[in-house]
Amino acid sequence: MTGSEFVPLSLPPSLIGICVAVACALPGNFLVLRRQALIGDAISHVVLPGIVVAFLISGVVAKLPMLLGAAGAAVVAVAAIELIRRLGKIEPGAAMGVVFTTMFAGGVLLLEKSDTSSVHLDVEHALFGNLESLIWLDATGWSSVFDIDALAGLPVELPRMAITLIGVALFIAIFWRPLKISTFDEGFARTMGMRTGPLGLALVIVSAIAAVAAFDAVGSIIVIAMFICPPAAARLMTNRLETQVAWSVAFAILAAISGYMIAGYGPLWIGFHGSVSAAGMIATMSGVILGIAAVKGPHRQRAT
Amino acid sequence: MSIELATLNGQSADRAARDQSPLAIRGMTVSYGQKPAVFSVDMTVRPGAMTAIIGPNGAGKSTLLKAALGIITPLAGTSTVFGKTVARQRDWIAYVPQRASVDWDFPTRVIDVVMMGLYAQLGLLGRVRAHHRAQALDCLARVGMQDFATRQIGQLSGGQQQRVFLARALAQQADLYLLDEPFAGVDAATEKAIIDVLKSLRDAGKTVVAVHHDLSTVAEYFDDVFLINTQAVAAGPVADVFTQENLQATYGGRLAGAQMDSLSAATA
Amino acid sequence: MVGAWPVPRWIRSLQRRPKPVLFDALTLQLGYNATLVTIGATLLGMAAGVGGTFLFLRKRALVSDAISHATLPGIGLAFIIMVALGGDGRSLIGLLGGAAVSAGLGLLCVSWLSTRTRLAEDAAIGAVLSVFFGFGVVVLTIIQTMNAGRQAGLEGFLLGSTAGMLRSDAAILAGAAALTLALVLLLRRPLTLAAFDPEYATASGQNVTRNDLAMMGIVLAVTVVGLKIVGLILIVALLIIPPVTARFWTERTDHVVLISGIAGGVSGYVGAAISAAIPDVPTGPIIVLVGFALFALSLLLAPRRGVMSSFLRHRSFQRRVHLRQGLLAMAQSQPIYEGLTLRLLRRADLVRPDGVPTNSGQARAAKAMLDEARWSIVRGDQSYEAAAALYDGLTDIETLLTPDQITEIDGRLAAPSEVPA
Repeated sequence: MTGSEFVPLSLPPSLIGICVAVACALPGNFLVLRRQALIGDAISHVVLPGIVVAFLISGVVAKLPMLLGAAGAAVVAVAAIELIRRLGKIEPGAAMGVVFTTMFAGGVLLLEKSDTSSVHLDVEHALFGNLESLIWLDATGWSSVFDIDALAGLPVELPRMAITLIGVALFIAIFWRPLKISTFDEGFARTMGMRTGPLGLALVIVSAIAAVAAFDAVGSIIVIAMFICPPAAARLMTNRLETQVAWSVAFAILAAISGYMIAGYGPLWIGFHGSVSAAGMIATMSGVILGIAAVKGPHRQRAT
Repeated sequence: MSIELATLNGQSADRAARDQSPLAIRGMTVSYGQKPAVFSVDMTVRPGAMTAIIGPNGAGKSTLLKAALGIITPLAGTSTVFGKTVARQRDWIAYVPQRASVDWDFPTRVIDVVMMGLYAQLGLLGRVRAHHRAQALDCLARVGMQDFATRQIGQLSGGQQQRVFLARALAQQADLYLLDEPFAGVDAATEKAIIDVLKSLRDAGKTVVAVHHDLSTVAEYFDDVFLINTQAVAAGPVADVFTQENLQATYGGRLAGAQMDSLSAATA
Repeated sequence: MVGAWPVPRWIRSLQRRPKPVLFDALTLQLGYNATLVTIGATLLGMAAGVGGTFLFLRKRALVSDAISHATLPGIGLAFIIMVALGGDGRSLIGLLGGAAVSAGLGLLCVSWLSTRTRLAEDAAIGAVLSVFFGFGVVVLTIIQTMNAGRQAGLEGFLLGSTAGMLRSDAAILAGAAALTLALVLLLRRPLTLAAFDPEYATASGQNVTRNDLAMMGIVLAVTVVGLKIVGLILIVALLIIPPVTARFWTERTDHVVLISGIAGGVSGYVGAAISAAIPDVPTGPIIVLVGFALFALSLLLAPRRGVMSSFLRHRSFQRRVHLRQGLLAMAQSQPIYEGLTLRLLRRADLVRPDGVPTNSGQARAAKAMLDEARWSIVRGDQSYEAAAALYDGLTDIETLLTPDQITEIDGRLAAPSEVPA
């Protein structure tokens, strides 16, 4: 594989994959520890209705309205789950199930029955993403990485995902102590004056932003794998939160790179032509990593 | 001209008591659903004393503490700490929750839990320096846990976990210590270690309030008792208030005769 | 400006279309296939409603999400295997068989991860559903590169598609749904027991592991049968929404099961009929939305557990508490700190606008005080234990004790208090 082939075709998608994986894995650590792993599931399902409604309102297939629509849908979903849970005194899992299936159903119905079929907006794209298509046509080789003109032609998803990653990482870094204390012991955190309610909501919203920014690159369902698998595998490797987060980032990067490479070149290695879904393969690899950690991880079992 | 005027004397005396008390609760009512867990409770904690909150299971002991601290929202009522709202007096309060209220499988070490008590000093982004670490280790030493600093918290026994929680509260350097069932399910050595620490706090002029369930040790451990069964039943120094009559009123028919006998021996 | 809004085609189609079509669909007069699908969806909805209740009562509703997403690789691999064996790969039974196998595998992974490692069940569910689904997508992209794969139509399993279904497939679906419902009804008793009180069930000789297995078997069956009708992403709605809906109306487990079954059946029936009557409306989403409509109505309007009634009850309860506390404070000449208490006292004419207690206020306060004294006697006396257990500080003493008992207590109040031995 030469630079002239790798840089335009494989470098941007792998970098995007890495940014997605890490941006989701970071908040995922706290979601998993808070027994809220499935919030990621709920959020990623409601991305679809969000972009459909955004399209129906704005009338254009543009990134910004869609991102806003998806983020709005995530907030609506979280609020609705909380509302149904409290008002109806229903356990969180069931409340989530009610909300995200209903919103997803509404999204599918709107999509199928409105004029969106004429544009490139379909259920499968929202579900699976299309990481492979995010190529960098202006690049000619490694030298392009330093070429301002060529850099301007980078797929817009790459800087967007990089900014998202930086934002997510900053949030986690700044609120590290309150997040850690309130995740471990919410009552104690409150007596220290921490606003645990808003903090928990902020964590969910940051997760939603990561999921929304990632959905059109890797698809909405597969984002869930990045929320859960790297942190879950990391939990089985260590008994310290700081180390766990480091492991989760490493696992996320490993899953992204190995998944992308196997999807692109794996079929060739075993004598087939073509390639398979990179996003799907990244999720699969994260599952493989989790499987290995579950069997071999040094801290895979509870202490007692 | 108003109720306030009609009761002016009572009010000013009450207000003075509130302002001096480390913890004053007025008209606290908390309800889960339609049945109050705590109903219209007034409580004024004596400064520099060790107070036990006593009552049968489900009498609202922990609920009262949590509502007073603002961890749960009461239906009615107010609480003040040294005369000001709890929110303004956070730094004066250290709270030790029930051991069972957290997930001990959380990925963290003993020393990290104690460091949580230093959050008020460290803030969001303050650097952890050597003296912070020394402070945390010192608190661990006071509860006899210095050798466990780097253990994962899930590997500790129940008593050791309780001691870690107490060490975290010590790290907060508060004036008012509120403990929810600190002796529940701990070994005898831990119980001794905890009560020694609490007594040393009291001797240093701090105020200690603990939800307690073991009637046989009340007289030995505490100065004051607060008897509660949804409503306040009686409050005051152990010698005056911890009587069979009051216990009967608190526990109703549920206090077994044998227990009463052992108590009358203890309180005699 | 209105013109900027594209009027969705389905709204226009609703406007054009004469109403009787929906009526025809609801009365099963839209042809053989549509009728079979509607019957199948109804039976499936009932089976899912009943089966989902046990899942819901065990607080494991989202396990079904893992199971349903885990069907995708099975469908794809079954297609590939059938093509490799020389078929066209579209046999419904073969595809559903593959779905069942991989869903079962996913379920095994969930229970292995949550029992053998320190991971909680929600993390296990999320990991399994996303990884299996991701792998399923990989398999689908492999199929797209196959010659036979171009018209495989496997995407129909994502969201359900009953349009243009073969007559034999419709018959299979209706039959399988009927079988699933029969299975659920057969296992109803032991599952109710196990869901309500697992420990008691064990103690009374029930094999809880086997019951759990049966429950998961039902969920698996509902999922697999529902794949073609509702689709794998939305099938969980059928298992979750009806039980949650039913829970609003009753406190009894057997009634939850019954109401949930009815809610599920109605969702399936109405949803499938609407979908048959209006072209291009996918069946799954409509069924889910009908189910949600039932849920939303229940959430708002159900007596006792509904939002409206609990809001009203909570408010009146809070007022009773404040009034009573205010009266007690008045009787003891204590200050009242809370604004709400004072406002309520004024509004009830117990306190004059300037804050002085009225005559009726003084009378009520005295009565509250007397009742408190009576209660303290009741609570200190073992012979009144039953009444004391009901004490909540609010209930009128007259409603719990007979006039004779109250007279007896008042007699003791008047006498100097005696210390019980």
